[in-house]
Amino acid sequence: MTDRALAVVRAGGLTTVQDQGRPGHAHLGVPRSGALDAPAAALANRLVGNPPGAAVLETTLNGCAVRPRSTVTVAVAGAPCRVTVDARPVAWGAPVRVPAGAVLDVGAAVRGVRSYVAVSGGIAVEPVLGSRSTDLLSGLGPPPLTDGAVLSLGRVVGPHARVDVAPQPAPPAELVLRVTLGPRDDWFTPDAVRTFTSRTYRVSAAGNRIGLRTEGPSLERARAGELPSEGVVLGAVQVPPDGRPVVFLADHPTTGGYPVLAVVRAADLPAAAQAVPGTPVRFVAVRRR
Amino acid sequence: MRVLPVGDSALLVEVSSGDEAQALHAELLRRRAEGSIAVREIVPAARTVLLDGLTDPVRLASELTAADVPPAPPRAGEVVDLPVRYDGPDLADVAALWGVTEQDVARIHAGTEFRVAFCGFAPGFGYLTGLPPQYDVPRRATPRTAVPAGSVALAGPYTGVYPHTSPGGWQLIGSTDAVLWDHARVPAALLSPGTRVRFVPVGTDGQSPVGADRPDTARTDGRGPVGRS
Repeated sequence: MTDRALAVVRAGGLTTVQDQGRPGHAHLGVPRSGALDAPAAALANRLVGNPPGAAVLETTLNGCAVRPRSTVTVAVAGAPCRVTVDARPVAWGAPVRVPAGAVLDVGAAVRGVRSYVAVSGGIAVEPVLGSRSTDLLSGLGPPPLTDGAVLSLGRVVGPHARVDVAPQPAPPAELVLRVTLGPRDDWFTPDAVRTFTSRTYRVSAAGNRIGLRTEGPSLERARAGELPSEGVVLGAVQVPPDGRPVVFLADHPTTGGYPVLAVVRAADLPAAAQAVPGTPVRFVAVRRR
Repeated sequence: MRVLPVGDSALLVEVSSGDEAQALHAELLRRRAEGSIAVREIVPAARTVLLDGLTDPVRLASELTAADVPPAPPRAGEVVDLPVRYDGPDLADVAALWGVTEQDVARIHAGTEFRVAFCGFAPGFGYLTGLPPQYDVPRRATPRTAVPAGSVALAGPYTGVYPHTSPGGWQLIGSTDAVLWDHARVPAALLSPGTRVRFVPVGTDGQSPVGADRPDTARTDGRGPVGRS
C-alpha cells in the first residue's frame, strides 16, 4: 500500500495534532500553541526518524487508536501507557513497526496526562501560519481528532533510531515550578506573595492546554481596579479574581487583563503538562538569570 | 517609561498612555527592522509593549530605560477602509449612552479615523482607538454567547470587529462584510497593530453610501477629525 494516511479508530477524550507551534504572531492575537510536553514530542519524532518540527499526536489521559494505511514506524513518548498493535503489546518509548491496516492502540496514561505519538513521515495536515498545531483557544489548525477521521502522512526522510527504550523523565508526583516574580507582583500583598511561594497548591481538573489551573490558598491583591490588557508570555502565572494562580500553557491568550504575579521557568513547563489533577504544586521563587 | 522583567527572556515596557504605547511600538519595530534588537515577539497592548524571546533582556532593559521615544505615533501608512452598516442590536443603547441619536452614532463613528492599538482576544481582532473619551461605553452586563462574525462593536475606549462568530460582551453597533482574518491569505490579518482604519457606511444593499457625512478635510493631514493630542 502506498496510501500514506492514518485512519482514526478511537479519537480518545482529546487528541490533537501538535508540532512546535506558531510563535511570532502574538501581536496579531495568535497563540503560540505546540506540544505541551515539547521534549516528549521531540523524543517521539527522533525515535521514528522525523525532524524535530514534524507533527505528532498529543493525547489526553485516555490515549487513542489509529490504523495506518501503509506500514509505518511509530513511537509513543510522554505519559507512560500500554501500547498495542492489533492487541499485541509493543514497546512504549521505542520505535515500533505497525503494518498497513493494523490498529495501533495507545492506552490510557498509567501516570502523567499526555502521550505523544510520532509516525514516520509526520502528520501532514495543512499547516496554518507555518504550523500544524491545533490551537484550542483560537481554533487555528486542524480540529481535535474524531472517530473515523483520516490524517495524511508526510514523506519519510530518515531512518528510525536504533534504541531499545529511550530514557524519559517520570511524570511528577509533586510539581515543583521555579518562578521569577513579576511583572505584576506589586499588585499583590506581601502576604499573598509569601503564600504563593511557600504553600502547596494542587492541580485542578479544570486545567487544559490554555492553562494549568490550581486549587489552594487564595492570593489577595494589594490594589483594586483593573489592569489594562497587556502581553503575556508562556509560563506566566496569572491570578484571576478568585485568587487561584493559573499557569499559562501553549494555547494561552496573547494578551490578558489579570495581573501576572510570576513567570515559570520554561524548563519546568513540560512537567506541568504531565501533572494529573490533584498533584501537589509548589512555586519556588528563584533569581532571574 | 518603566521596564519590567518578565521571566528570563522577556521585558514588559510600561508607558503612561495608549499613544505612547503606539509610539514605543513603532520605535521598537523600527529598531528590529534595522537589526538593533533581536526579539521573537513584539506585542503592543493598552499601556505596554511586551518584548518576548530576548537573548539579553538585562542589557536591553538598560538601553530602553535610557532611550528616547518619539512622543507621537507616526500617522503614516496604509489606511484600511471597512464598509459598515450601522445596524447593530446595541445601536440604540449606545446612542442613549452617548446622548445622541442613532444617526449621530453612525456619523461620529464613521467620521473618526481609528488606529489599531493592539490585537488580542482572537486572531485578527484589533483594539481600535480614535474615539474621544466621552464616547467610552461599558461592556454589556451579560455577554452574548454568539456574536456574529463581522460585528462592529464598542467597549471602553475601543472599537473592534469580530473576525469570527464568538462569545462577546461588547456593544454591537454595526456589521461589516470585510474578512478580518483568512489564514489562506497573506497577510492573514486585515488589521495589525498600527494600521489606520476608517469605517465607510454602506447601504443595506452593501453598495450605496448613506448618512454619515465624512469630513474629508480632516483626512488631508492624516489625522482623525476628533483630534488627539
